[in-house]
Amino acid sequence: MAAGGTKSWLGAPLLRPRVAFFELTSCGGCQLQVLNHEGTLLDFLSLVEVTDFREAMTERSHEYDIAFVEGCVSRSDEVARLRQIRRNARTLVALGSCACFGGVPRMKNRFPDPGLLAREIYGEYPMATETVRALDEIVPVDLKVHGCPFPKEELEKVVLHIALGKAIETPRHPICFECKANGNVCLFDLGELCLGPVTRGGCSAWCPGNRFGCWGCRGPADDANLDSLRAIAKEHGFSGEDLADRLECFGGFTPREAPEPSPRRKSRKRGTR
Amino acid sequence: MKVAGTIEVHHLTRVEGHGNIRIRVKDGRLREARWEVVETPRFFEALLRGKRYDVAPWITGRICGICSIGHTLASIRAVENAFGFDPPEQTRNLRLLLKHAETLQSHVLHLYFLAAPDFLGVGSVFPLIETHPDAVRRAARLKLLANDLCDLVGGRRMHPTRTVVGGFTLLPKKRELAGFRERLIAALPDLSATVDLFRSFPVPDFSRETEFVSLLGDGGYPFIGGRLVSSDGVIRPESGYLEMTNERVVAHSTAKWCRLSRESFAVGPLARVNNNFSFLLPEAKVLAESLGLSPVRHNPFLAHAARLAECLHVTLESVALIDGLLSTDFGEPRRTVTPREGKGVAAVEVPRGILYHAYEFDRDGRIVMADCVIPTGQNHGNIQADLESLAREMAAEGKQDAEIERLAQMLVRAYDPCISCSVH
Ligand code: SF4
Ligand code: SF4
Ligand code: SF4
Repeated sequence: MAAGGTKSWLGAPLLRPRVAFFELTSCGGCQLQVLNHEGTLLDFLSLVEVTDFREAMTERSHEYDIAFVEGCVSRSDEVARLRQIRRNARTLVALGSCACFGGVPRMKNRFPDPGLLAREIYGEYPMATETVRALDEIVPVDLKVHGCPFPKEELEKVVLHIALGKAIETPRHPICFECKANGNVCLFDLGELCLGPVTRGGCSAWCPGNRFGCWGCRGPADDANLDSLRAIAKEHGFSGEDLADRLECFGGFTPREAPEPSPRRKSRKRGTR
Repeated sequence: MKVAGTIEVHHLTRVEGHGNIRIRVKDGRLREARWEVVETPRFFEALLRGKRYDVAPWITGRICGICSIGHTLASIRAVENAFGFDPPEQTRNLRLLLKHAETLQSHVLHLYFLAAPDFLGVGSVFPLIETHPDAVRRAARLKLLANDLCDLVGGRRMHPTRTVVGGFTLLPKKRELAGFRERLIAALPDLSATVDLFRSFPVPDFSRETEFVSLLGDGGYPFIGGRLVSSDGVIRPESGYLEMTNERVVAHSTAKWCRLSRESFAVGPLARVNNNFSFLLPEAKVLAESLGLSPVRHNPFLAHAARLAECLHVTLESVALIDGLLSTDFGEPRRTVTPREGKGVAAVEVPRGILYHAYEFDRDGRIVMADCVIPTGQNHGNIQADLESLAREMAAEGKQDAEIERLAQMLVRAYDPCISCSVH
């Protein structure tokens, strides 16, 4: 198992981890986010060895240490692909809200019969589709990068920390915390709805910073108090339906069905869990 | 080396989403050539049902990460059309500027990261970091400029945060806009170097007569709204998009296919330049002609030339838009829009071609019906027809499988298909 060339980072030698990118049901945006920060892209690429990135390259390899998987699972062939990726990868990272919670596509689950929906849209050739699930409803996931999309710096930090074997901390506090620290005017005071009080931080209050209420793309913060948010929203004249539309948007606040039993994984994985 | 056989490209690379190419040749004759779309559908039109109007632009952006700005703007326009709201000039200009920035970033991404590796005989842009460092750095600079401009106007380069029904939540600072004026002008040498690079690549010799569909220019090269036109002479109002697309479901594809006067038609940069050449800025016209693109041309590989001409056009027009914005005092960023019962349609030219969003609302501004027709969806039928014709010609010429496979892949990539988008 060759591990690629050796680089150093702040003087410390680094083993270039072999990383691969995959997409299931998604918009392609999370992968694009990897290519999207031109200023640091070349530095980032020197930190890792990319062995599979279908959106960007033709060369493919099944040898990789870290698999970044974008998108949710909505068809049986994706279940099989995801299981195969899990078997090959030492570390499986759920990239973005589709992978973490089902994302926007999870809204489909409010229709009880996906087959009926497929027939309605595709008529005589209904396409195979199933209930939308997040990755960890099918296989164990080592790490989640929340967001639709996530800030690129977050991904770079994740890769660096994996390469250095450092622990990765997921923020536990709500967006409000970051929003207030940034000195923004609260959107509720401007007559806008915002999910900042219940949404997990880490994006530096990206939307409120642009005077646009948070839609909860990073899912619930630890100890998110939905009742208190409902009270605040009501007090500011927003209907329960408006709030429900937002909470449903990215799948993070939607209750899950019971996960499938996790499959056994092959040897390469050393029991860290 | 096989001369007669089967070519299977499973999950074509360097395109967005999942598609397969399948070609069978026997004794120099084409038996089968197929472009299959196997992406998983997400049912956006159904997801939107019952949701309030402001959910639409925010959610439909998630149809596609690459052209999220185009989707957002099309969605906003459809909502505003339904509610009878006409945005003021300042909003229109800022939206066009944002649109131009997305076009530039998407075309540069396509030209350097997706298309150029084929012409340079490598599998991706990554080996070019070693062999063509200047070109890769140039691509990164141009993309960075375009993305930074998206950030400034739209709040974010992907899934923008400032673009809302009624206008913008926040306006860019004039000082920052002025900075971009300088950066855009400073990028012109990088654009000419890009043109030089592509000029050095041979354009594959292949043509098939095609119907081209786009917005119809009205005083300028069209991007947001207006009448619809086809090179076969069909003209329809924006609201008549259904007569322009005629979507149908086909067995081997999870995307719907379209037709107009013929079995298939093409949308995208080549269609736009073919239909609206006279509205390109003079510099872009000269550039297009120097690359062999004097309309109407039917070689799908000339799409790269069309992208280059559009890169120059949008860069120069962005400078002019910024000049206009800087010379007036900014008004309010956003106006109040009152929901009402009704229907609205929007047609917007996004990097890959004409995009339609249509919604029907109830009295409270909740969505009763939503429909999105995606450029790549409109192109699938034409990709199929081109693929058949190309494979047939090459098989008759006794070309090797590897060569057919290479050109077939390049052909599909020339359309810059955005497959997840087309399935949505
Ligand atoms: S999380 Fe958002 S940006 Fe990422 S793939 Fe899903 S929809 Fe696209
Ligand atoms: S704008 Fe949103 S995130 Fe910021 S303080 Fe107000 S509720 Fe919290
Ligand atoms: S502010 Fe909210 S919706 Fe916006 S990026 Fe952060 S978590 Fe997502």
